[in-house]
Amino acid sequence: MNTVILGATRGIGRALARAMAARGDRLFLLGRDARDLGASARDLEARAGLAEGAIGSAACDLLEPATFAPAFDAAAAALGRLEAVVVTAGLFATQERLESDRELARRVLEADFSGTVLFCEEARERLLAAGGGRLCVLSSVAGERGRKPVVLYGAAKAGLSRYLEGLDHRFHARGLRVVCVKPGFVRTSMTEGLPEPPFAGEADEVAAIALAALDRGRPVVYAPGIWRWVMAVVRLLPRAVLRRVGF
Amino acid sequence: MPGGAKPQLAGWGGLSVPGRELRSERLEEVARGLPLTRGLGRSYGDSALPPPGVTAVAGSVRADRILALDPARARLRAEAGLSLRDLAWTLLPRGLFPPVVPGTQFVTLGGMVAADVHGKNHHVAGTIGRHVTGLRLLTAAGEIVDCSRERSPDLFRATIGGMGLTGHLLELELALDRIPSPWILQETRRVAHLDETLAALAESARDWPFTVCWLDALASGRALGRGVLIRGRWAEPGEAPGTPPRPLRGPAVPFRLPGFALNDLSVRLFNAVYRASFPARLRRSVVHPQKFFWPLDAVRHWNRIYGARGFTQFQCVLPESERPGAVRRFLAEAARRGGSSFLCVIKDCGAEGEGLLSFPRPGVSVALDLPMRRDTRALVEALADVVLAEGGRIYLAKDAFVRADQFRAMEPRLAAFARARDRWDPERRLRSAQSVRLLGDPA
Ligand SMILES: Cc1cc2nc3c(=O)[nH]c(=O)nc-3n(C[C@H](O)[C@H](O)[C@H](O)COP(=O)(O)OP(=O)(O)OC[C@H]3O[C@@H](n4cnc5c(N)ncnc54)[C@H](O)[C@@H]3O)c2cc1C
Ligand SMILES: NC(=O)c1ccc[n+]([C@@H]2O[C@H](COP(=O)([O-])OP(=O)(O)OC[C@H]3O[C@@H](n4cnc5c(N)ncnc54)[C@H](OP(=O)(O)O)[C@@H]3O)[C@@H](O)[C@H]2O)c1
Repeated sequence: MNTVILGATRGIGRALARAMAARGDRLFLLGRDARDLGASARDLEARAGLAEGAIGSAACDLLEPATFAPAFDAAAAALGRLEAVVVTAGLFATQERLESDRELARRVLEADFSGTVLFCEEARERLLAAGGGRLCVLSSVAGERGRKPVVLYGAAKAGLSRYLEGLDHRFHARGLRVVCVKPGFVRTSMTEGLPEPPFAGEADEVAAIALAALDRGRPVVYAPGIWRWVMAVVRLLPRAVLRRVGF
Repeated sequence: MPGGAKPQLAGWGGLSVPGRELRSERLEEVARGLPLTRGLGRSYGDSALPPPGVTAVAGSVRADRILALDPARARLRAEAGLSLRDLAWTLLPRGLFPPVVPGTQFVTLGGMVAADVHGKNHHVAGTIGRHVTGLRLLTAAGEIVDCSRERSPDLFRATIGGMGLTGHLLELELALDRIPSPWILQETRRVAHLDETLAALAESARDWPFTVCWLDALASGRALGRGVLIRGRWAEPGEAPGTPPRPLRGPAVPFRLPGFALNDLSVRLFNAVYRASFPARLRRSVVHPQKFFWPLDAVRHWNRIYGARGFTQFQCVLPESERPGAVRRFLAEAARRGGSSFLCVIKDCGAEGEGLLSFPRPGVSVALDLPMRRDTRALVEALADVVLAEGGRIYLAKDAFVRADQFRAMEPRLAAFARARDRWDPERRLRSAQSVRLLGDPA
């Protein structure tokens, strides 16, 4: 699959890019630091046994929508036909920090909602122009219900999940397959130092689930899988109950 | 940590202290200001534990990129958290292999250099340090420094085998081995007593790049030193199966077994059965590289068989040719003191490496796994006395109990190591539980 991936320098994106390169997908990396992207591209090439330079990269920052179109142009020049776009880039901060730092709050809301949505708009347009394709985006279980510890981040992810749902309905018939991945707590740099809740997952595990969903074009997938059942219950709980348990 | 339990950092033997790792893909960002970086935590004792009172160390495992792999020149540049497992399985299909590998693939390159690891080929290949061509460190002063045999050679030599005490290793460059096939041609046979074991090692060393003996550590008297000789080399294409080997993933020990699971009897039984599983006469076979280099990796978390109290390993090298009988005297003392060992491995070592504190030196290395008991510390101290008397030394990557005075007496090289640290870290900001215990670093 000819795939553009935004966010392969770390965490779930790094794991996913490794899994995709290993099975022979052709990748093009987008991210905010050109040097670091180059290092990630060399790593993927070495692991997959590709020649140096086989995996291209271009600068792209979720907070700078002007970078999106040129990044896709560069990707198209390298890959030819675009078949899939994966977005694992995202920004997290604790609710306490976000409440005390309005500028950080703005960046998280922008990166995780409007930036990601605008990036997906660019991706959608290009995929449809190529006759369809796959768009796989990392949202979060934090977007399922409003919760004390993730009010702002959860709101951005909730908006993102809804957007992806609508996008799926709107363009499904034209061949766009939208995949919304909703991880629970994953041990990555994003969650480094946070107290670990039950069912914590590893990046590799989440990447494998995301990849299977990408291949099958499943609209929504939870990772690790247990979250599907946990969230089925959580979605049904009345507000009064959530308040009682200190949600 | 669920349930609000205090996070703990542990050595492979189970010794643990409160503390946690800070991990990042950009190791230099988290390591700055911290006293130590650890890798996959496969050192047995307290080398990768923070000094008392410090609760955070940097963790390298996310900084695991291959930065350049040049198959034509057989050269690698990688970040220090790259695991040997990932590296080995990337290299094997390309006809390449790391020049030196320890007995588990679950180590990082940074940990391999910091301990200056040796493998079954020490008698010909030396330690990993011999094959390292350059290092990038974050020093105690917060500077990123490239060092090699030409640039800041004092830092380079102190870092190889320096147990993380000279800087946070960020990147390294390594010369790789070319291999004719990804399979190993192995020969095994039983050996009946220590003289035969040592002779078998010496004789095998002439023609075989990989040699080691596993010993039945409970045998005594005339059977002292009996065991199994294992030697190997890379198979030639004509000898190897046409299909490439795949990484194996075995079962895991799910939890720490109760303390009684491993007692003298079960150890005796294991050793007897294990030895009997090898033929008395030489048997030749082509084996999977993982089974040859990392047989213990077949069972994940095997350290849990030792239960909650854990275990320690005692590894020393004894100058057998200068002091004939040193290995016998050591093993006899271990047997006399009931140092019952699930695992005892002996291996002849070649020349000493460049690393200022590098462990191997010419002689015979002996490694014993010792389950933790009330008297384990006393046992280790007694064994260290034998090592001292024989003019040998111990391996820091395995140690948790040797006394500072014993270690200093074994290590005339400490002064040179201290000089390098005086230059690069005069305030001793880089420290570990081990360096406080053995080198007198500030707590
Ligand atoms: C089953 C088993 C078999 C083994 N067999 C052998 C063997 O045959 N030969 C041998 O030589 N050793 C052997 N060892 C020991 C092992 O190779 C070493 O302890 C090695 O250092 C472990 O690497 P690690 O990544 O787990 O490092 P850790 O245990 O996490 O750390 C070990 C030391 O390296 C330092 N360190 C790690 N990463 C960095 C970094 N990035 N920068 C600076 N310092 C760093 C730490 O501070 C610490 O002092 C074996 C261990 C096991 C468990
Ligand atoms: N970890 C979890 O527990 C968890 C749970 C639920 C959902 N998720 C979601 O899963 C996705 C991946 O998370 P992760 O844990 O893998 O995170 P991570 O390790 O922190 O990686 C985040 C990635 O996003 C990139 N990024 C951040 N800001 C960016 C920007 N402005 N422009 C472009 N790229 C940017 C980072 O690039 P740099 O290398 O340049 O920093 C990095 O590659 C995110 O959407 C996250 O919200 C994670």
